[in-house]
Amino acid sequence: MTSHTSSTPAAVARSDSYYGRPVIKAPSWSARDIAGYFFLGGLAGAGSVLAAGAHLTGRTATATALKVSSLTAVGLSAAALVHDLGRPSRFPNMLRVFKPTSPMSMGSWLLSAYGPAAGAAALTAVTGRLPKAGAAATAAAALLGPVLATYTAVLAADTAVPAWHGAHRELPYLFGASATGAAAGMALVAGPVHENAPARYAAALAAVADGAALRAAERRLGTVAVTYREGRAGRLMRAARALTAAGTVGALLLGHRSRIAAAGAGLALLAGSACTRFGVFAAGIASAQDPAHTVGPQREAVERRTTRSQ
Amino acid sequence: MGAGNPLGRWPVYRQLTDGDPLGRGRAVVSRTTEASRPRTSTADRVVKSVCPYCAVGCGQEVYVKDDRVVQIEGDPDSPVSRGRLCPKGSATLQLTTGPARRHQVLYRRPYGTDWEPLDLETAMDMVADRVVETRRRTWQWEHQGLRTARTLGIASLGGATLDNEENYLIKKLFTGLGIVQVENQARVCHSSTVAGLGTSFGRGGATTFMQDLQHSDCIVIQGSNFAEAHPVGFQWVMEAKARGARIIHVDPRFTRTSALSDLFVPIRAGSDIAFLGGVINHVLTEEKDFREYVLNYTNAATLVGDDFRDTEDLDGVFSGLDEERRHYDAETWQYRGTDVQAPSGDVDERYERRTGDAEDHRRVHEAAESEAHGSGGPQAAPWPPRDETLRDPRCVYQILRRHYARYTPEMVERICGIGREAFLEVCDALTSNSGPDRTSAFAYAVGWTQHSTGSQCIRAASVLQLLLGNIGRPGGGIQALRGHASIQGSSDIPTLFNLLPGYLPMPHAHAHEDLDAFIRASRTEKGFWGNMRAYVVSLLKAYYGTAATAENDFCFDHLPRLTGSHGTYETVMAQLDGECEGYFLMGENPAVGSANARLQRLGMARLQWLVVRDFSLIESATWWKDGPETETGEMRTEEIGTEVFFFPAASHTEKSGSFTNTNRWLQWHHAAVEPDGDARSDLWFTYHLGRRIKERLAASGDPMDRAPQDLTWDYPVEGPLREPVAASVLSEINGHGPDGAPLAAYTELKDDGSTRCGCWIYCGVYADGVNQAARRKPHTEQDWVAAEWGWAWPANRRILYNRASAAPDGTPWSTRKAYVWWDAAERRWTGHDVPDFVPDRAPDYEPPPGATGPDALRGDDPFIMQADGKGWLYAPAGLEDGPLPTHYEPQDSPFRNALYPSRSRSPVRLLHRREGNRYHPSGDEPGADVYPYIVTTHRLTEHFTAGGMSRWSPYLSELQPEFFCEVSPQLAAERGLEHGGWATIVTARNAVEARVMVTGRITPLTVHGRTVHQIGLPFHWGPNGIATGDAANELVAIVLDPNGLIQEDKALTADIRPGRRPRGPALPAMVAEYRSRAGITETTGTRETT
Amino acid sequence: MTDNLFSGPEHDPARDAGHENAPPRVGFFTDTSVCIGCKACEVACKEWNAIPEDGLTLTGMSYDNTGGLGASTWRHVAFVEQPVPSGRTTLPLVEPDAAGAGSRAEAPGMRWLMSSDVCKHCTHAACLDVCPTGSLFRTEFGTVVVQEDICNGCGVCVPACPYGVIEQRPTDGRAFKCTMCYDRLGAGQEPACAKACPTESIQFGPLDELRERAALRVEQLHEAGVTDARLYGHEPDNGVGGDGAFFLLLDEPEVYGLPPDPVVTTRDLPAMWRHAGTAALSLAGTAALSFALPALARRKGRR
Ligand SMILES: Nc1nc2c(c(=O)[nH]1)N[C@H]1C(S)=C(S)[C@@H](COP(=O)(O)OP(=O)(O)OC[C@H]3O[C@@H](n4cnc5c(=O)[nH]c(N)nc54)[C@H](O)[C@@H]3O)O[C@H]1N2
Ligand SMILES: Nc1nc2c(c(=O)[nH]1)N[C@H]1C(S)=C(S)[C@@H](COP(=O)(O)OP(=O)(O)OC[C@H]3O[C@@H](n4cnc5c(=O)[nH]c(N)nc54)[C@H](O)[C@@H]3O)O[C@H]1N2
Ligand code: SF4
Ligand code: SF4
Ligand code: SF4
Ligand code: SF4
Ligand code: SF4
Ligand SMILES: [Mo]
Repeated sequence: MTSHTSSTPAAVARSDSYYGRPVIKAPSWSARDIAGYFFLGGLAGAGSVLAAGAHLTGRTATATALKVSSLTAVGLSAAALVHDLGRPSRFPNMLRVFKPTSPMSMGSWLLSAYGPAAGAAALTAVTGRLPKAGAAATAAAALLGPVLATYTAVLAADTAVPAWHGAHRELPYLFGASATGAAAGMALVAGPVHENAPARYAAALAAVADGAALRAAERRLGTVAVTYREGRAGRLMRAARALTAAGTVGALLLGHRSRIAAAGAGLALLAGSACTRFGVFAAGIASAQDPAHTVGPQREAVERRTTRSQ
Repeated sequence: MGAGNPLGRWPVYRQLTDGDPLGRGRAVVSRTTEASRPRTSTADRVVKSVCPYCAVGCGQEVYVKDDRVVQIEGDPDSPVSRGRLCPKGSATLQLTTGPARRHQVLYRRPYGTDWEPLDLETAMDMVADRVVETRRRTWQWEHQGLRTARTLGIASLGGATLDNEENYLIKKLFTGLGIVQVENQARVCHSSTVAGLGTSFGRGGATTFMQDLQHSDCIVIQGSNFAEAHPVGFQWVMEAKARGARIIHVDPRFTRTSALSDLFVPIRAGSDIAFLGGVINHVLTEEKDFREYVLNYTNAATLVGDDFRDTEDLDGVFSGLDEERRHYDAETWQYRGTDVQAPSGDVDERYERRTGDAEDHRRVHEAAESEAHGSGGPQAAPWPPRDETLRDPRCVYQILRRHYARYTPEMVERICGIGREAFLEVCDALTSNSGPDRTSAFAYAVGWTQHSTGSQCIRAASVLQLLLGNIGRPGGGIQALRGHASIQGSSDIPTLFNLLPGYLPMPHAHAHEDLDAFIRASRTEKGFWGNMRAYVVSLLKAYYGTAATAENDFCFDHLPRLTGSHGTYETVMAQLDGECEGYFLMGENPAVGSANARLQRLGMARLQWLVVRDFSLIESATWWKDGPETETGEMRTEEIGTEVFFFPAASHTEKSGSFTNTNRWLQWHHAAVEPDGDARSDLWFTYHLGRRIKERLAASGDPMDRAPQDLTWDYPVEGPLREPVAASVLSEINGHGPDGAPLAAYTELKDDGSTRCGCWIYCGVYADGVNQAARRKPHTEQDWVAAEWGWAWPANRRILYNRASAAPDGTPWSTRKAYVWWDAAERRWTGHDVPDFVPDRAPDYEPPPGATGPDALRGDDPFIMQADGKGWLYAPAGLEDGPLPTHYEPQDSPFRNALYPSRSRSPVRLLHRREGNRYHPSGDEPGADVYPYIVTTHRLTEHFTAGGMSRWSPYLSELQPEFFCEVSPQLAAERGLEHGGWATIVTARNAVEARVMVTGRITPLTVHGRTVHQIGLPFHWGPNGIATGDAANELVAIVLDPNGLIQEDKALTADIRPGRRPRGPALPAMVAEYRSRAGITETTGTRETT
Repeated sequence: MTDNLFSGPEHDPARDAGHENAPPRVGFFTDTSVCIGCKACEVACKEWNAIPEDGLTLTGMSYDNTGGLGASTWRHVAFVEQPVPSGRTTLPLVEPDAAGAGSRAEAPGMRWLMSSDVCKHCTHAACLDVCPTGSLFRTEFGTVVVQEDICNGCGVCVPACPYGVIEQRPTDGRAFKCTMCYDRLGAGQEPACAKACPTESIQFGPLDELRERAALRVEQLHEAGVTDARLYGHEPDNGVGGDGAFFLLLDEPEVYGLPPDPVVTTRDLPAMWRHAGTAALSLAGTAALSFALPALARRKGRR
């Protein structure tokens, strides 16, 4: 009998992992709910900021539209969050504790402050009543909005998921930029052309920041960065880049001329932002599922330590 | 934060007030968490119990709340287990309280297609009616002119999972009814152990106890997967290892035991005698034996009669072989100078000689006589001539040397596939760890017992351990690891056809045999087996009470008589032949667990009625409905006339009783709760069945009903269910004196009918009216012998033959190995254990001429149940297949016997030539290459035997969900088997499918210079339950060891091919195609290869 | 008292979580060199905690049909079949096929490592830190426990755990893991798995004692030539501040499916909040700029 074997017996151990099984558990979150939550939170938060700007600069139509969109987005995001809970009826337990160590806890408190503010801002804007209170609510939502947009990055990064935690420094900027892009997109979609100049600027700035943050993240992630480039995440990130670029270029070149072009560019920006969040989400899942992404960087860390101590 | 203040309970508030600002601990504790208490501390009571799975006998504590069992855990007090439980023991809560338990009687009417519910009382009446009717119809006063007073129409199987008290009642009732085919797992599990150890040392049980393994300097585990099959017992091996002992595992497969050993030696299945013979040869040629021990305590110096011819002289067989009848006449094996007057040889051999009836002779020999040496050695001359110089060529020592001279390292390599280095490493480990200051132990189980040469395998280890001086000493011994919780008990208080309680033989049908003749044929002149009459008479008094008188030979003639084998496999044949019509399965699952599972089912399909008592609907209860043969079309449900009764059994938590563990320890488990629904204990079933039957027969004048009428059956009952008081049964087992007081020791038994005793070796278990089996002094308050925990037979001795732990002069061999010694001042034996000796017999005592019985034992005869007081290197009697272990090939083997090429297999192995039980061509016979691979079957930690207690348990099933086969990467390559895929394994009997586990733990061996592959098959699966799969026993042929009638299921041949097996009629067709390709006929494998 | 609340050595996590007069911190030392892979720990745990059956699939991963820790498996026994690493520990050898003429001596042989895994009850437990409901909490024994009546199944604890321990049960929604038998500890009883373990591979007790015992055991094994023996998770200054359940392993952790250098994610949380804050400010700044730039442009254009 020859010495070669027909199939590598799986019963034989590997030296790099336990039968190729993941070391950590990927979140069991549904992408629609949680990546959706990231996106909607960003849209709402950044939208409130732009709304406040519009409010301040007298771009009333845009302001109202963004206030409504923020309220809708935050409502949907809360719904997504509740929907994703294993025990939705126990959602109120989110306010049982106040835990700075828990991004989800902070987010819950944040939501419970931001939500009413966004609601009041939208309601007063739509009804036109209580303008002072409306202004205050608008301001409050604008103050909380940026945090709402970026805290979700911490929610993702404050995990053992290599593609997220490894990029914990860059992820908030990416999320902030992406949120800005989305809000700008929303402004382009919902606001009249004559009010959309800031949105176009915002879109451009966001696109630049988005690209820069992602590049920085990938550099930091080293080998784990492939999770942003391959598979579902890769496809989503490529789509995000294309959409954001198209949206930005469209906005810059045509946004001030055509309502339709502005709306198209806005939608592309919105979609680009969504793709970024879903892409980041997918990259995280992929990185959690492959033990190499957990073991590899940790091995390197161990080796760095041992060489340093020698 | 008062409870009244809702804010005060709000964790955010408590974060500020409770010193837990981050909300990580105290602040966030919920009310439920605060209030949680373990159910172990809220239980109403904790009941002491014993694990119902294996024979380690781990202590359990059963927690009861509101009359429900809520938790079962290890008992930390137990010296055996120290609170630990293996996965099965840990799953006992699920076993006893899980949804798989049935609680209703079910009935399948003849030709019925489904179960129907049936009222318990009605069912009991129906079964009683069936028994009475079948018995009457099939009653047999005579067989071939000899009085038998019995029925072969009814059989029962099972008992190893039951309590001693239950086994006692079953055997008593059925024997009283003249039913002889009473059997249990002991037959298929360790019957060869009783034969092997009994003939070597005088008792058929493990010579030591598990805790003592910690004192071993070297432990050879061979034929046992200790860590997997006796996991909690294995802690004592680990203790030894931690103390520096060398652990060696010899096994065809690298198992979890191997993983923890210091040395693993892969061996070809079925070649152990060659290996052990090699070690014996090494010890003898290197003169590494413990000479002083050997000379004084063994029969090494004894001279053997001049007629004896060894396998060396007769080309592989011993003198006395009757080729035609496949049977040895052991007369020539006797010690020198044994004249015809002195009774010698096997039980009942007197009759054979007197009548000269060869048929009679054969019948007796088929009846597993060797097993009757479970507590009393075979007859032999008490004072045989000796040559203390060991130079006489006819002395045992020299015969041994010559016999094993062929077992060279080269031969071991050739036969076993074990390289010289590994072999010598084992030899060195053993010899360097034996002697006055060191001891080595052997641990084995069914990897040795389940061969056509099983008994001799155990004999080989016995010979070796005697040569090394390791018997009767701490850290030494032979640890027979037995199977079920009370399989030792079901051998001691046997539900076995050939034995009465305490290894008293069942009488054979002979002309004019009376009690005295029966006794004369069995007892020894010397030693405690000399008092056998007292044991028998006391048993008859326990059975028949006042009806048993000296005048009527104490009702000796009430006992039904044997005519040959009535073992479980013989019963299957009787079922197939329509002779056996009614069958009780009392906790055994032969449709999965017994060899040739298909024949088991075909046999059951010919029954008129079948009673199954179990927890769940096991395969043996449902084969008529959805068995494999209904799938292949060989059986049609509507055409099967068998009437089936299913009775739900009570679990060990629902009844009181004793289990005897693998080290002869009786441990009592107390009922914790009442069983639910129709579930009842087997004690209840047997008692109330007996009561009903006795009622039905009470008025009969028919002489055949006298025995059951005389049978004492007056046990007190208690509780709402009228459960017989188990302790009253144990008390009957223990025995009573003339004054009705419980006896304290079997030495108090009388042969005049003044004492009653249900099992003489258990006499003392109820000493002083105290249930000694229920003693539970924590191990932390005793030494490792733990004499005050439970009770061990005989006489609470833990290491048997412990007189041998002292030198002939009575002093310990060494301080390191002191155990029992002679206290010259007190003139008594003393030490850590109950001395296994006459307590005040001085070491230098010489019996006066004419002394008999115990009085005839010398001061240095440590083997007090042996006819000559010595350990038997050479067995002049008692075994069917030779006085010395000799390697023969298994029935189905890829090889010819390298030692004696013209004598491949044991000449006296028991064959059952029958359709459906065909054997394979072997060695170089044409067609042997159709089944080119060796299959061995084995266990897994996570499952239990035929699966009734594990395959229904989700927690156990998920751990090993599917039947698989272990194959080497090389075999996988050769046959294109894919890891995780399917394979079909085929023999002449049947074919099964299994998932493939390709693993480097299985290694091909080089045997006879060529590569041979082995396949491991765990045998736990069957079609029912949660984890389902084919049963390995579909493949196994019925071929038996002639001493114990145990099947050979550890070494067979087979073919393996990728893919699943065919379904429906295509399956038998494929098996038939294989048979015809191999040219198999009814004589294949039944003649000698020449 | 407040030092090292997020990472690094923390002497007394129970007290830091508000438990005054906490008993000594307890834990597990799992000595895999004596594990017989019997899985009693798995079953005892399931019986005690009434955990549902976790799937009836044959994995082909040696004798491991459990796969890993999860919501319905709080103890998991790993089975590692491997060629004996040359020049390393010589546990028992399987002589390979000798047909390959004389190659027997240098042939590698097999070893079979078994190891029972469990929640590490980290000193800095990421699962606990990220839990938004306070369902996960630090007990007075220093262990980390989910309160089933609180958990709302948000799932953030799942990816937070650097060991992949805690998991949501799909049929239930909530997260589950080993409680170190919190209820039993409260009554002075030892955890069910440790009690069952036949060979004392799982040792339960005060963590300090266990660490001492473990150090001795490693030494002993090294002396006996088992040079591969090493401890895992015992150092109080490791990435999670020391594991409440640590191990003696005979190969690299990843071979057993354990991360070689796990770090509690919360170590970086302050940085993350900082970056999130900065990012939030940048967002606001970007927005401001977006409004400012058109205004500027307009002004410029007007000029
Ligand atoms: N977990 C678990 N424990 C059990 C049981 C169970 O089913 N499951 N059953 C109980 C019962 S009833 C019994 S009798 C005992 C049996 O206990 P064991 O005898 O230990 O169980 P097996 O696995 O059947 O066989 C032991 C070993 O013998 C090896 N073997 C097979 N053929 C040969 C051979 O020819 N020579 C040698 N040297 N080895 C061979 C097998 O590979 C196997 O590793 O276990 C008891 N304990
Ligand atoms: N191929 C192969 N075959 C083998 C072996 C092997 O190694 N290889 N081993 C052999 C050995 S050693 C043995 S012991 C046999 C075992 O084979 P079996 O004894 O047939 O197998 P078990 O599953 O133990 O069957 C015992 C049954 O008793 C039931 N039971 C448990 N407690 C009670 C009780 O209190 N009352 C009643 N009425 N029922 C109860 C259980 O539910 C279970 O169904 O298998 C033998 N067969
Ligand atoms: S099955 Fe045997 S080893 Fe396991 S707990 Fe029960 S008695 Fe002990
Ligand atoms: S191991 Fe994971 S689940 Fe366990 S305490 Fe640490 S972080 Fe939590
Ligand atoms: S799933 Fe439950 S335990 Fe896990 S973080 Fe959410 S609330 Fe806490
Ligand atoms: S400590 Fe308790 S909960 Fe944890 S694994 Fe052991 S038995 Fe299960
Ligand atoms: S109970 Fe102990 S020996 Fe058994 S698998 Fe678990 S850790 Fe290993
Ligand atoms: Mo057995």
